Amino acid sequence: MAAWHNVVIIGGGGAGLRAAIAIAEANPKLNVAIVSKVYPMRSHTVSAEGGAAAVAGRDDADDSFDEHAYDTVSGSDWLCDQDAVEAFVVEARRELLQLEHWGCPWSRRPDGRIAVRAFGGMKKKRTWFAADKTGFHLLHTLFQTALSYSDIVRYDEWFVTKLLVHDGRVRGVVAVELATGATETIVADAVIVCTGGCGRVFPFTTNANIKTGDGMALAYQAGAPLKDMEFVQYHPTGLPFTGILITEAARAEGGWLLNKDGYRYLQDYDLGSPTDQPTMRSMELGPRDRLSQAFVHEMEKGRTIEHEAGHVVHLDLRHLGKELIDSRLPFVRELCASYQNIDPVSELVPVRPVVHYMMGGIHTDINGATPLTGLYAAGEVACVSINGANRLGSNSLPELLVFGARAGKAAAEFVSDVPGAATGPVLAQGRDEERRLHRELAGRHGSGGERLADIRTEMQDAMEAGAGIYRDEASLIKAIDKVAELKERFARAAIDDTSRTFNTELIAMLELSGMLDVAECIVASALRREESRGAHQRTDFPGRNDEKYLAHSLIRRTPAGESRVDYLPVTITRWPPGERVYGR
Amino acid sequence: MSETDDKHAVPDMPDTTGTITMEVARFRPDRESEPSWDSYDVPLRKEWAVLDGLNHIKDQLDGTLSYRWSCRMGICGSCGMTVNGEPKLTCSTFLTDYAPGPVRVEPLANFPVIRDLVVDIEDFMAKLPTVKPWLVSGDEEPAEDSEYRQTPAEMDDYRRYSMCINCMLCYSACPVYALDPDFIGPAAIALAQRYNLDSRDEGNEDRRDVLASAEGVWACTFVGECSVACPKDVDPAGAIQRYKLTAATQAVKDLLLPRGAR
Ligand SMILES: Cc1cc2nc3c(=O)[nH]c(=O)nc-3n(C[C@H](O)[C@H](O)[C@H](O)COP(=O)(O)OP(=O)(O)OC[C@H]3O[C@@H](n4cnc5c(N)ncnc54)[C@H](O)[C@@H]3O)c2cc1C
Ligand code: SF4
Ligand code: FES
Repeated sequence: MAAWHNVVIIGGGGAGLRAAIAIAEANPKLNVAIVSKVYPMRSHTVSAEGGAAAVAGRDDADDSFDEHAYDTVSGSDWLCDQDAVEAFVVEARRELLQLEHWGCPWSRRPDGRIAVRAFGGMKKKRTWFAADKTGFHLLHTLFQTALSYSDIVRYDEWFVTKLLVHDGRVRGVVAVELATGATETIVADAVIVCTGGCGRVFPFTTNANIKTGDGMALAYQAGAPLKDMEFVQYHPTGLPFTGILITEAARAEGGWLLNKDGYRYLQDYDLGSPTDQPTMRSMELGPRDRLSQAFVHEMEKGRTIEHEAGHVVHLDLRHLGKELIDSRLPFVRELCASYQNIDPVSELVPVRPVVHYMMGGIHTDINGATPLTGLYAAGEVACVSINGANRLGSNSLPELLVFGARAGKAAAEFVSDVPGAATGPVLAQGRDEERRLHRELAGRHGSGGERLADIRTEMQDAMEAGAGIYRDEASLIKAIDKVAELKERFARAAIDDTSRTFNTELIAMLELSGMLDVAECIVASALRREESRGAHQRTDFPGRNDEKYLAHSLIRRTPAGESRVDYLPVTITRWPPGERVYGR
Repeated sequence: MSETDDKHAVPDMPDTTGTITMEVARFRPDRESEPSWDSYDVPLRKEWAVLDGLNHIKDQLDGTLSYRWSCRMGICGSCGMTVNGEPKLTCSTFLTDYAPGPVRVEPLANFPVIRDLVVDIEDFMAKLPTVKPWLVSGDEEPAEDSEYRQTPAEMDDYRRYSMCINCMLCYSACPVYALDPDFIGPAAIALAQRYNLDSRDEGNEDRRDVLASAEGVWACTFVGECSVACPKDVDPAGAIQRYKLTAATQAVKDLLLPRGAR
């Protein structure tokens, strides 16, 4: 069987939905489909808490696009592309307003205008928020708005296993319908990958179970390069057992980070000195990379607190008072109560750094186009890059809107111009993939092989040990060797479930296969970058080296199946590389 | 289970206070005519949700168990199941609350089962667009470069109804939906009200036919179980009651006033 659409979007999260609406608006005649492994409103965007950054408005004269751009550039440790950032800051504001017009319940000031809050690494208050459920409201607003475009076709709970490439052009995908186990070749003139991040490659993460980097692996296997994969963001404040995020908004509203002596230790790490009221770009409002690194140093000095689930520091919100916590941070209170059994109104919250966000991803230009004709990407899976070596909190939600819309428009234009091509070879490829899937299902059963979960856990532990907040050559080589070993073992892993109906074990197997590729790309890229920049800290190369590495890494798969890393210079428009200064 | 298995399943979590038995409903409608029960012993840890127990089964004991989950923080709405007879989000329902056990886990009631703990929610997905859960803008749309003004008080009018995560616990709890599958149901009505009561929205009229129909609010006999089941305090029962009032007032107006003057 084969279906056909002008554009197939993989992923129904923020980026995918925004792209779909952009296409529907650009050219209502185009036939657009969203293929998503979960119902769109279950996508991980739903978990985003703190907010979305954009210069707030005409009467907030004390902020400017240039300042948002500068914060983003310095936050990225100069590894972003400044042309992309300049476009981003302007369009971010437009997108957040558009979302308001679609009904997003942004929190308001008393006079009815949009309210903004402070956020880490931002010099001005410019983070729009919907209490502390920003991603939830953003995603549901987009999903519900997309429902009004009844022509958008949805494949809900379909899992994409392969990109079909013929004659150097992406021509469709193969997907499995979870409910029935049916496989289908879906032919398309263009494909937009919006599959989100890959936090589940690590053991301790804020990311949902579905964030397994599928799209990165799909693109890599299809021959498209992945960019800046060594840059993995650790968020400084996750709950110890679960890794559930306590949003940066908690610190933006005035929360403090304390070590075991009750001391605001960030003052010892060149992040400024403590003030009662939060100071922008200072102390607890410093950037995430620096805060997570400070935690490691505190731990080495023996100044963290030993907790059942490892070392922690304390997030102190008590002085904010119940009223503020309930109005601005209700979800934080709910999460602390459910998952940690504490009340932040009166108790300290134990937190530790946790893998949160992937700066790297599928290499795209400013319009979401990849070097592979017909393939586009947007959202966390993509790397444009506005985030460089360290993303600023609250830049990701506006990013997925801005570049989701851009990718949608670019794909719409592309398919309107592109000549049709024979589908025969594409269908043949699709059939091969469908046969492979059936073999996987039948062949892996009862072979007495290892459990998937064991291989996954070993991969996660190897990544944390080898490619964590601090890395060096030895740790990375160890991780590379481990991933290679796990790939071999994976080939022999077994699954219990041979049913076609809603076979989540088969899906977990396909996800793990992709995650092993993504893990390999992360460590291989990290090994090659012999400097420290942003979230990539090499203890054997402690300084930033602009002469050699003011460049994006690009990792791609050679025809022989090995990985190769090249570099691409960053684009600098107005802000030459400088020192990152926080708190002074 | 071997010791090494156990080590991988639960790294860094020493806090075991024994085990608890989970009785899990198993059903493959394509192969079996009715559900059966499987029983598994899982570690009883104070921080483990029912979902962690299921994940332990899936990863270490029986890979064939099917269920949905994703965020594990009570916001994506995937993991609704029936736990000891009540509809619950399994990621925010804790095993210790059921000690010493057993904990019985079944699929949500009132939905067809696809497999094991996975239910078919296509009925809701089809009904949702019929209530037009999107902002219908009127004449007073703001300029492209500015926002609608909306005070915090105006937002409070609909805020509660905007918190729905589409988890389906309310449908599972609803005795009306159990008997009348055409009933639009609690969450869809709450979402319609979320927009009806939004000061920016002008879509009341557009939603009226569906909401005020026999399958809309009037199907509800005000049992209120939906609001009890709702994990996000949406109060769909309140939304329904409030719309009944609106619809009744409108019906009286329709009788008294000639068309056009309404
Ligand atoms: C807890 C948390 C809080 C956050 N808070 C903030 C914040 O306050 N501000 C901010 O700016 N950013 C925040 N972020 C980051 C931000 O939420 C994410 O980067 C962003 O939501 C990613 O959106 P996306 O559309 O790219 O992908 P997702 O929302 O992750 O969507 C991915 C989609 O792809 C689909 N998919 C994936 N693989 C496949 C496949 N193989 N086949 C078919 N479909 C597939 C999924 O079904 C899903 O629909 C937060 C992140 C986390 C983890
Ligand atoms: S109203 Fe409550 S119970 Fe019903 S779907 Fe929404 S969140 Fe779930
Ligand atoms: S897993 Fe998302 S609500 Fe439970």
